[in-house]
Amino acid sequence: MGRAVTAAAGRFKTGDRVKVKFEDRPGHLRTPWYIRGKSGWIERVYGDFLNPELLAFGKDGLPKKTLYLVAFDYSEVFGKSQGPKDKVLVDIYDHWLDALA
Amino acid sequence: MSDDHGQDHPKHELSYYAKRIYAMRDLLVEKGVITEKDIQCQIEYQEARTPANGAHLVAKAWVDPAFKARFIADAKAACAEIGIDATALNEFVVLENTPQVRHMVVCTLCSCYPRPILGRPPDWYKSFNYRQRSVSDPRGVMREFGLELADDVEVRVHDSTADIRYIVMPLRPAGTEGWSEADLAKLVTRDSMIGVMDALPMLPD
Repeated sequence: MGRAVTAAAGRFKTGDRVKVKFEDRPGHLRTPWYIRGKSGWIERVYGDFLNPELLAFGKDGLPKKTLYLVAFDYSEVFGKSQGPKDKVLVDIYDHWLDALA
Repeated sequence: MSDDHGQDHPKHELSYYAKRIYAMRDLLVEKGVITEKDIQCQIEYQEARTPANGAHLVAKAWVDPAFKARFIADAKAACAEIGIDATALNEFVVLENTPQVRHMVVCTLCSCYPRPILGRPPDWYKSFNYRQRSVSDPRGVMREFGLELADDVEVRVHDSTADIRYIVMPLRPAGTEGWSEADLAKLVTRDSMIGVMDALPMLPD
């Protein structure tokens, strides 16, 4: 990982189980529909980045949001899998995630 | 809008968006915000960035294990090391393929793409078809590019929705031991660095 992809003040660490919030609102949302409400796990912690939902409207993007690489099994997202080990991995900001026990 | 600007518009019928782009360009030039020379310089800059940059990185990583380690650890620093300008990228991450794992990159939300490394994305990368099917049917997409994978290979589809840009480092083809870095680079296609296919097994004619 590069420089910014290091220390992060986010709530989650690699391996934590998470669920993507099922939300919708007007704006520049960077969380694709197909994984909203789906459960996965933190694959990598990428670090803190300016919030694109604010940047898109000419704001300063602060406070920064921790960005994670979140992994999902195909069976969870699409109800079926072509290969038993196949995964879809999505870059998701902290405020879109809830902890799963 | 004046008609005496330096660059001609294409002669064929323009789409709605093309007309809008040309109108904005003409206005920006007319009002002195940018010049024709700025536009030409930017076109040349965009066109100078090609998948040859990515192929250079991958081929060097294949022949030089120490460089490969640095490329994976800090891809932007590795770019700087060999004179590739990746400063426009916020973060740049290498996804290394192995015999057991294949990576494939898409941006389902738009067309995020590592342009300094791979140049302009192919039209299909931006199509609704690819953006939908790469996620829902990655093995089907790979099959159309000629890559048939065993069921026990792990396919990892990366949806690059945020600040990270990805490049796939394809597997070095078997039987290329002792090849020069320059010849190896010819095997590293743009599509193999998006991950929809492997590197070419032999030199193209």
